[in-house]
Amino acid sequence: MTRTQVLVVGAGPAGIVAATAAAENGRAVIVLDDNVTAGGQIWRSATVGESGPAQRGDTQKQRALQRLQRSGAQVLTGRCVFSADASGTLQTFEETASGSFAEEFRFEQLVIATGARERFLPFPGWTLPGVFGAGGLQALVKGGYPVAGKRVIVAGTGPLLLAVAAHLAEDGAVVSSVLEQAPLAQLAPFAASLWAHPAKLVQGARFRARLWKTAYRTGCWVVEAIAGTDGQKLAAVRMTDGTRTWTEPCDLLACGYHLVPNTELAALLGCKFRGSFVRVDDMQRTSLPNIFCAGEPTGIAGLDAALVQGEIAGLACAGRSNTSLQRRAATEHVFAGRMEKAFTLRPELHSLPLPDTIVCRCEDVPFDSLRGYTGWTDAKLQTRCGMGACQGRICGPAVEHLLGWKPVSVRQPLFPVPLEALCSPDETTKIDNQNELIEEKA
Amino acid sequence: MPEILSLTINGARSQVARGTTVAAAMLLAEQPSRISVTGEPRTALCGMGICFECRAVVDGVPHRRTCQILCEQDMAVETNP
Repeated sequence: MTRTQVLVVGAGPAGIVAATAAAENGRAVIVLDDNVTAGGQIWRSATVGESGPAQRGDTQKQRALQRLQRSGAQVLTGRCVFSADASGTLQTFEETASGSFAEEFRFEQLVIATGARERFLPFPGWTLPGVFGAGGLQALVKGGYPVAGKRVIVAGTGPLLLAVAAHLAEDGAVVSSVLEQAPLAQLAPFAASLWAHPAKLVQGARFRARLWKTAYRTGCWVVEAIAGTDGQKLAAVRMTDGTRTWTEPCDLLACGYHLVPNTELAALLGCKFRGSFVRVDDMQRTSLPNIFCAGEPTGIAGLDAALVQGEIAGLACAGRSNTSLQRRAATEHVFAGRMEKAFTLRPELHSLPLPDTIVCRCEDVPFDSLRGYTGWTDAKLQTRCGMGACQGRICGPAVEHLLGWKPVSVRQPLFPVPLEALCSPDETTKIDNQNELIEEKA
Repeated sequence: MPEILSLTINGARSQVARGTTVAAAMLLAEQPSRISVTGEPRTALCGMGICFECRAVVDGVPHRRTCQILCEQDMAVETNP
């Protein structure tokens, strides 16, 4: 068991900045992350080679990581959080070459900085090899999957699409089309508002400049991923603008429909929500004492918001506050509202899946088998939808979009834990202690 | 130049640069990470440890999320049945 004053879950931008601020102000800090390296998704590092193209232009990240290191905060990667309670304990497991191990942490304050994941909407062929998430393909490329010379179509919705397409083009992929489902009229007010955020505007222009050979089509979406003659691999994508439908050949499809927050840990702890997001005050405090939340779980608002909120949360853990940060957080909140409006999903996306299209990829549950149910509890029992290894993280937001079902409950373990980990020494010690306590009482 | 590692994927030798994730190595070798409950081949989707589509057997241990594991010399990786 490890004791710390401040425990931060998630080593993305919000978590990194929160940990740094808390540690620089004298708190003992541990940061936990499930991934191989710190950085989270938007600051994900290329794990292959030295300074490849993916490493360019991320001095902001390098500076943040160096400052985190100097702050004295300890970063533990490869740790998957599977349980926690608001009284101040949290359990993780780690899988190594020599086995799986559980660890327990005790904290005085917790900062939840668990970020977001992509929203996936099921469409015919989306389970074919060759179909990825948009951020998903980018992450795999950073993990060493080469895309040079491959024909790629990037599709879905959200500001991530252009960033992904630019990154893939930089790595040598031939990005033929970027399909943004939002119509131009819906995007225009958002694009115009970027004048108030010059850094975001410059970044957008830079992405666009790298994609001069790519068709950027607004108001278009993918209706089917088509397999080659072997039936086992993507060969083409059928797409539509609502009136015309056409097919383009490709090797890879990177398709994601913006982001949904990772709020499972906050829900398990019992934090109160506002809609789909964790409710926080202007100090990033949740409804529970000593539990803070920063970044995407409080609202999908992007990198700048995560950095400001993370710093507020970290300072709050050290009993400090900063009104200029709070003002900046409010500005970013307005930006988030505009972004949400711009990338609202169009109604046609409700009819993407055919009756036999798989909705739950873990349990291969087709769309038509969900008809006749009114909510999760019945559907889980009768069809196993959402009962697989991802615990509904992928089909949950899809089903919410398609059928309007809200998630019902979150229980531990938050991730599937190998039994071996629960029997590892750290857990055994805990169990022994409990037995001793029981014996003492007897 | 990055160091080159050698591992086996479904019995075939595969060479990757150090730092490559097992999920990326499986994509490079054009091998599915797992076979779904109705028999479909699947490969990584989310790339960040959430979707569990990249689960494979790594050094005899099933259901490892390969996007969260880096390749090591002489590692043996197999499609999760």
